[in-house]
Amino acid sequence: MPGQLNLQFPSPDKLRVVVAGSWLLADSLPSLDDFALQLQSRSDIQKISFDGSAVTQWDSGLLTFLARVYQLASDQKISIDPAGLPDGARRMMKLATAVPPKENTGKHKKHRPLLERIGEKSLSMWRAAPEMLHFLGEVTLSFGRLFRGTAQFRRSDLMLFIEDVGAHALPIVSLISFLVGLIVAYMGAVQLAQFGAQIYIANLVSLGMTREMGALMTGIIIAGRTGAAFAAQLGTMQVNEEIDAFRTLGFNPIDFLVLPRILALILMMPLLVMYAGIVGITAGMFVAVTVFDISTFEYYQQTVRSMQWTHIWVGVIKGTVYGMLIGFAGCLRGMQCGRSAQAVGEATTSAVVTGILFIIIAASLLTILFQELGI
Amino acid sequence: MEATAVLHNTDPDAHITVQDLTMAYGDFIIQRNLDFTVQRGDIFIIMGGSGCGKSTLLRHLIGLKAPASGRVLFEGISYWESSPVEQQRIKRGFGMSFQSGALWSSLTLAENVALPLGEYTDLAPADIAEVVSLKLSLVGLAGFEGFYPSEISGGMQKRAALARAIALDPAILFFDEPSAGLDPISSRRLDDLILELRDSLGTTIVVVTHELASIFTIANNAVFLDAETRTMIASGDPKTLRDASPDLRVREFLNRGKT
Repeated sequence: MPGQLNLQFPSPDKLRVVVAGSWLLADSLPSLDDFALQLQSRSDIQKISFDGSAVTQWDSGLLTFLARVYQLASDQKISIDPAGLPDGARRMMKLATAVPPKENTGKHKKHRPLLERIGEKSLSMWRAAPEMLHFLGEVTLSFGRLFRGTAQFRRSDLMLFIEDVGAHALPIVSLISFLVGLIVAYMGAVQLAQFGAQIYIANLVSLGMTREMGALMTGIIIAGRTGAAFAAQLGTMQVNEEIDAFRTLGFNPIDFLVLPRILALILMMPLLVMYAGIVGITAGMFVAVTVFDISTFEYYQQTVRSMQWTHIWVGVIKGTVYGMLIGFAGCLRGMQCGRSAQAVGEATTSAVVTGILFIIIAASLLTILFQELGI
Repeated sequence: MEATAVLHNTDPDAHITVQDLTMAYGDFIIQRNLDFTVQRGDIFIIMGGSGCGKSTLLRHLIGLKAPASGRVLFEGISYWESSPVEQQRIKRGFGMSFQSGALWSSLTLAENVALPLGEYTDLAPADIAEVVSLKLSLVGLAGFEGFYPSEISGGMQKRAALARAIALDPAILFFDEPSAGLDPISSRRLDDLILELRDSLGTTIVVVTHELASIFTIANNAVFLDAETRTMIASGDPKTLRDASPDLRVREFLNRGKT
């Protein structure tokens, strides 16, 4: 028999709740609305008692029902006599009501107005600035110690990071720069072919890849690949208290963890950028030779003629700056990470976003700077 | 001259002195008016219910978190008023066993123990390897030198972390919940090890725990933090506190709720 609910009024100020049958969560249980209505309409009720003698089986289904009855009763200051409940249910209800719910926990904040939230967000962003500057200062000091030879870190760590940042990134850097070179060559060639000037594909590709695209694309790949990895590694170490362990043993975590990571990026980014340039130019040559009937030799000649050392330097300098920024963003977010799995995810996301943001800002500033300097 | 007198505490046996310490995260005060002294060679317990700030107090003692106000003195020298060089010197005398072990996950057990040795001693690599093996065998992990932390069980990780903490023969050894996640026998073994370290090397030991069996086995001094009043409500030998503390909450805690 499914759960049944009956209300009886032995006297005007008493309500007896008769529950019968099977009260299981999985069954469809009687609604409490009728009960709540009765309770509201009869303000003279002083006491609620129960009769649970006909209950055949029960689980949390009965208990949640009782919890609501208790709640409604206490709202209207009605006393409850649990004597008629099944024995186990009575004891469970006693347990559930033993500790009053904690109030003012600050967890149920009211919905706040939009302006207030915008204001709070802006203030917290403003407060994040000194934190970033503080980290920048610490990293700068750490590099100072590196040049004086007093920085504590394991040389083998640096080698591992160099391998990971450099050698392991080659496949993806190859693929992306080949495709970018292909796109630049194709887009340019379609326009140039209108004037019969296909040979200038070589100029376009070599200049574009070495000066801008090589560094930019490599930067974005490395931000997604290495910046995220750094943030996740440091964040997990933060969660495991590994960074605290460094601090208590008197190791400077910046020297030990951040310095080799940023250093590996600074050392590897120029090489990756040059490599990306070569791959991009090769892709351009592939397009020119196969689609636009330029001979390999002609393309090579034109490339050599158009190339200048300054283009290469500009690309390499940009790449190095991007590498520094990616490492800084990744390590900053990792070190700021909170102590939960959720926080590691946020740190990783934030590292990539911050890294790419830094790259785009730096790219614009450097382009303007080199333009002004006439380089 | 009051301030100087406070800075240079004259009691020669006082190893750690906490004076009027207030701990806070921003505006939120966790504990205030903490005053206690840990004598040299004490096994000192920081106890209290969950969430009362035991681990936070430990973070203040090991120099990871600056107090909102008050002082922490080591052998009479105020840690937070010292120069970074002096702080570094004081920290060299600490060993810390973290709640989760906090072994460096990219290093093997041997490398974990060897790292502080390599950094702070002039030992040759071969000698370091010997010290490492000795420390690992002290915690019952002989032969596990080449394992990474992720390859061993949680209890073994905690013991390996202890081996790292005692690598440099610290003057003060801190434990955060040492027996959490250990079976009763390992837990008992750890207690014996703690007692042995104090008796043989004279190490001062500070332990955050609420494991009563362990408290009564090892402790000779303690402080009791209360979450409601946000301050310490008792200090002294836990056995005495259990039987004769004037405070009902302390007696209840130490008798598992029965008084």
